[in-house]
This record gives sequence, C-alpha cells and structure tokens, in this order.
Amino acid sequence: MQKITTVTGVAVPLRRSNVDTDQIIPAVFLKRVTKTGFDDALFHGWRQDPEFVLNRPEFQGAKVLIAGPDFGTGSSREHAVWALRDYGFDVVVSSRFGDIFRGNAGKQGLVAAQVAYEDIERLWAVVEADPGIDVTVDLVARTVSAGALTVAFDIDDYTRWRLLEGLDDIALTLRDEAAIAEFETHRAAWRPKTLPIREPAESGSL
Amino acid sequence: MSTAHTSADRPRTLAEKVWRDHLVKQGEDGTPDLIYIDLHLVHEVTSPQAFDGLRMAGRPVRRPDLTIATEDHNTPTLEIDKPIADLTSRTQIETLRRNAAEFGIRLHSLGDKEQGIVHVVGPQLGLTQPGITVVCGDSHTSTHGAFGAMAFGIGTSEVEHVLATQTLPLKPFKTMAINVEGTLRPGVTAKDIILAVIAKIGTGGGQGYVLEYRGSAIRALSMDGRMTICNMSIEAGARAGMVAPDETTYAYLKGRAHAPEGDDWDAAVEYWNTLATDEGASFDAEVSIDADALEPFVTWGTNPGQGVSLSESVPDPATIDDQHERAAAERALEYMDLAAGTPLKDIKVDAVFMGSCTNSRIEDLRAFASIIKGKQKAEGVRVMVVPGSARVRLEAEAEGLDKVITDFGAEWRFAGCSMCLGMNPDQLSPGERCASTSNRNFEGRQGKGGRTHLVSPLVAAATAIRGTLSSPWDLQNEGEAR
Repeated sequence: MQKITTVTGVAVPLRRSNVDTDQIIPAVFLKRVTKTGFDDALFHGWRQDPEFVLNRPEFQGAKVLIAGPDFGTGSSREHAVWALRDYGFDVVVSSRFGDIFRGNAGKQGLVAAQVAYEDIERLWAVVEADPGIDVTVDLVARTVSAGALTVAFDIDDYTRWRLLEGLDDIALTLRDEAAIAEFETHRAAWRPKTLPIREPAESGSL
Repeated sequence: MSTAHTSADRPRTLAEKVWRDHLVKQGEDGTPDLIYIDLHLVHEVTSPQAFDGLRMAGRPVRRPDLTIATEDHNTPTLEIDKPIADLTSRTQIETLRRNAAEFGIRLHSLGDKEQGIVHVVGPQLGLTQPGITVVCGDSHTSTHGAFGAMAFGIGTSEVEHVLATQTLPLKPFKTMAINVEGTLRPGVTAKDIILAVIAKIGTGGGQGYVLEYRGSAIRALSMDGRMTICNMSIEAGARAGMVAPDETTYAYLKGRAHAPEGDDWDAAVEYWNTLATDEGASFDAEVSIDADALEPFVTWGTNPGQGVSLSESVPDPATIDDQHERAAAERALEYMDLAAGTPLKDIKVDAVFMGSCTNSRIEDLRAFASIIKGKQKAEGVRVMVVPGSARVRLEAEAEGLDKVITDFGAEWRFAGCSMCLGMNPDQLSPGERCASTSNRNFEGRQGKGGRTHLVSPLVAAATAIRGTLSSPWDLQNEGEAR
C-alpha cells in the first residue's frame, strides 16, 4: 500500500445524505473477479443524469469527495471503495460513515475523513463558489483546507498510522502468529468445525 | 465494551463475554484487539479478490476446517441444471469453485442439498452456535447473532485477512440494549419488530454498537424470528445484533449435523448458559419498543428507516424537522412515485417477493402459505417465492407448501438471494412496485428503477391476495363484511 501524507486536488460536493453502497456501486457490477476496472461503475445510476455533479466538466479529475452524513451505509461490498479509488478519489469527507465502509476504506488507502456537519456545509459552500478549486487533505495535521477555510477531521489513530506508513494488515497480524497458535491450543473441542463434513441425522428423508 | 478489560469481576453483557473469550491479543495505545474467528462463511461475490491476494502473497488458508463456502448471490433460481447464462455470473461461480478446490475449502454448489443463502446454511447445519464469532463478506452476517454469537459482515480485505490468519484486528464496540417487552398480536411478526426498531433509531442509530435484543417479546420468538431481527441490525447501522441463547436456541441446535453431541453437548450447554448478560451489567445505550402496540409495518421510502404502520399514510416531508431526513424523504417520495398523505393500503403493487436471508426460512414459508392457502393471487401481480436454501425447499415440498404456492398462482423457485438484490435474472423492471420480505428498499436494489416496500411474510401474502399493501387483518375485515 502507498504511504499517504497529504492529498491535493479537485473536490466534488455531493449534496446527498445516506449514500449507501448500492448507490456507490450497484450490485450488477459486483460480478467481476478483479480489484480494478470499477471506475465506470461508480455512482452508475446517478451518472446517467447529465446534470449529476460528477458529470460536470469543472469537477473532472477530482480526488476528494465531500458528501452528506451516513456515507457508505448498507452492503459490505468493498467494491464501493475500489470504485471510488479507481475513479481517482483518495479521500471521502463526510460527517458520518457506515462502519464497514470506513474499515474497508482504511485497508485500500482511501482516507475516510470525518468532519462536523457544519464544516461539511462550509466546505460545500467554498467548492461550489469556486468549482474546481484545489482542496488539500493533510493526514498528518488532520485538516481539510479549501481556499481560506481549514477544518479539522477525525480518523482513528491506528488507521491513520497505517495509512501514513502504508502498512499491510495481514503482515502486521502475522507478527502475532505465536499468540494465535497459542489461542488455538485452548479452543474447546466442541466448538464448531466445518470439516470433516457431518451429515444431518435426517439426511435422505427430506 | 470500551471498558471491557478494566475489571475481572464486574457484570458483563453478552457481547462483552464473547469478545473476552476470543481475545488473542489485547490492543495497546490505540491499536485494535486481535479477535479469533470461529466460523468464516464464504460466497462467490466478495471472495475472488481475497483468494487472489493470498495467491499473490503465497499464503495458505490457515483453518479450512473453520471455513465453509456456498453459492448464493448470483445463482439462477430457475433451470439450475443448465449452465449459467450470464457470463460474468458464471465466471464468478467458477472462480469460487476453483478457489475452494485449490485452498481445500468445503463448498456447497448449486444443485447440492446444502446449497443456499449463506446465512440460512450456517444455522441449519448447526455450525452457527452460541458464543462463537462469525464473519462473512456480507453485511447480513448479523443474522447469526440470533444464537448469541457475535457475527458481523466484513469487506474483502478482511475476508483475505481471516483466510490468512483466522483473526481480525478490531476495536471494541459499544453496546446497545433493545428492550422489546409485551406480546405481539396475531398478524404481527419479528419483521415488524425490527422495522419498528429501525424507524425509531434510524439507519445510523446503531453505528459503532452491537445491539442486544432483549425482553419478553424476543424470548417468545422462534429461532427463525430471532434471525429475522438480528439480520436487519445492519440496517440500523449496527454491525452486529445478538440474542442471549436459551432453551429455544438449544432445541433448535440439538441434533443438527455440526452441533456438539454427547458429553460435548453437555459441556457446550454449560458454557452457553454462562453467556447471558449479567444482572447489573450496563449498556452504553438503551431503547425500548412496546410489543403490545405494534402493528404490521411497511416502508414507504428508500431506506429501511423510512417505515410506518400499515394503517397509516405516506408521511408529509414538510412535517419532518431534521433537514437531512426531510430532504431524504422528498427524494424518496419522488423515486417511489408516492404522494404525501396517501393511505399505505391504497398502494397497488406489481410484484411480491417472498425470500432473502431475512425471511426465507421454513417458518417464513409456512406463515406465507397459511395466508394464501386455497386462494388466488391478485390479477396482474407477479408473485415469486424463493426458499433460502435447497434444504428449506425440500422441507417445504415435504409439507406440501410448494403445491399451496403454485396453486395460488405464485412461482416456486430454487434457493438463492434472488430478487433481494437482483444480481441474477430475478429483477424488477423500471417503475415496478414490489412488496418484498427482503431487507433493503434502496433505489434500484431489486432492479434499476424498481420500487421496494419492505414487509413481513404475512403482509407479503395478504398483499399478493389483494394487490394492494395489506395485512392479514384486512383479509379478516373483508371476511366479516361479506
């Protein structure tokens, strides 16, 4: 994973709340077996409308998405994060995120920056007054700056550290392999196992 | 749970106990805890990229014996013996089959009698047990919390992480008690409870929490009903919902293929009996619902929190104080093509979908069949019944429910996720309106431009008979009028 410290680029104001992952990427696009190639699927339903904010010329090449509350709720599909990344977004700013989405974002190098709702309104006002203006997201200082406006954002320390260092979660966990093996020695014998396969008692009668 | 590790003896909630018993390593200085995962459920949609990641890193699956896969999200529900027509669906299914073979994972494929929706298959095999941790790359994994398990949906990166390490780094959740006291009236079901909960706390109200459903109305529910409730915890923003295990849980589990047997059963029950929330344990938040007052519930909008009792009318956005909710309601009414003030019972539907991981178990089918038995569906309404698993289908057929359903004029399909999310050919057409027993009424979820009203199996059945949103109460009234 690439290390991230700051991101500077065009910001898109998405004036909608409850942007669920079905809107970010509809289920019909989930059939692919790769992690890339989802840029065309992002907000596919809404992008059919020529007036949709992402279709406006001044917001092309955007890196920052500024959305209303409850962004990324609903389905766990990580494709939502891949689609945002593929399209070119490095940061989503919202006043509240779906929990699973937030976790997925941190693992794919997408910064989910949580700011107060009043600050979302202020950021929208700045980028709408001057469409295409560069916005800077500083992961070290935890700030979003647009023109003269700078607002603070929240991100948990652990996710921030991993993003700053570009660390792979699995490699981090495997440092604790001994602790995992030790835990497994105490796991009760009656805890469920999928293998070997056991047939239901009534098998065949159904 | 934020204070879960400060005292050994203080009273604990169910969720705190399960967390404590799966702690591989406690986090320090803001790092997450490392939590052991007992059961990992896998399906075709959220796993291919995870297996690819393992392959690229040269990592094996750590515990194939704690992992099980099934095909559900985009499998066809007709002509399942023929090759899957949709090329990308077929690729995804074939990719899962290849990955399962390569990594030594148990897979129940289309046509196998244990195939079905992953959240129906785990419980019916007896793999879902009290006090375990369950994950799956699907947000409705919360379903398994009905057994007193801690079960939650994860993303594909986390799927890869669990495959490689059988653990997840997690920050402790907060806990919320949902107290449902009283007795449900006939015609009111588990689905109505959870729709009322979501309408009350909102789609974001549960964020960061594990919900524990408590109270006499929850205790009185069957396992299928408890699964319906826990299933939709995610629609309130909570990753997990739980119900303490009790005799109902044990009676469901006993004798299932992977349930403990003999001395193991006794040891397990002894442990399971320790799991219930201790007297005096405190929750970070509490919400109460009066079961006596509940009526059949239905959604009118495009998120699961936009619901009211079926006896009410479509709300007027102008009366909503919160500006975001007001704007969301305005957008929803436009999408749903509904006018404020319209009685919900006047709304005509084009389709009824009976299925999904929320309501496709045998009891759901029995409830649906009990209402439609001997009747004919409303003219022009398409009614599709999709059992949650091949085994549920077989069970229903053994009871003759398939005959009741086809005599009614409904379609009786093979198992899968089907029209809940329209990844297979089972979709609504633009503008079509559907009463659906599924879990999400998002824009376009059941097909581009489709309009979804979330309902219980009983409301789905009554609606299929009358052609307008209805509950069994309306059928009784009609009977009296005649």
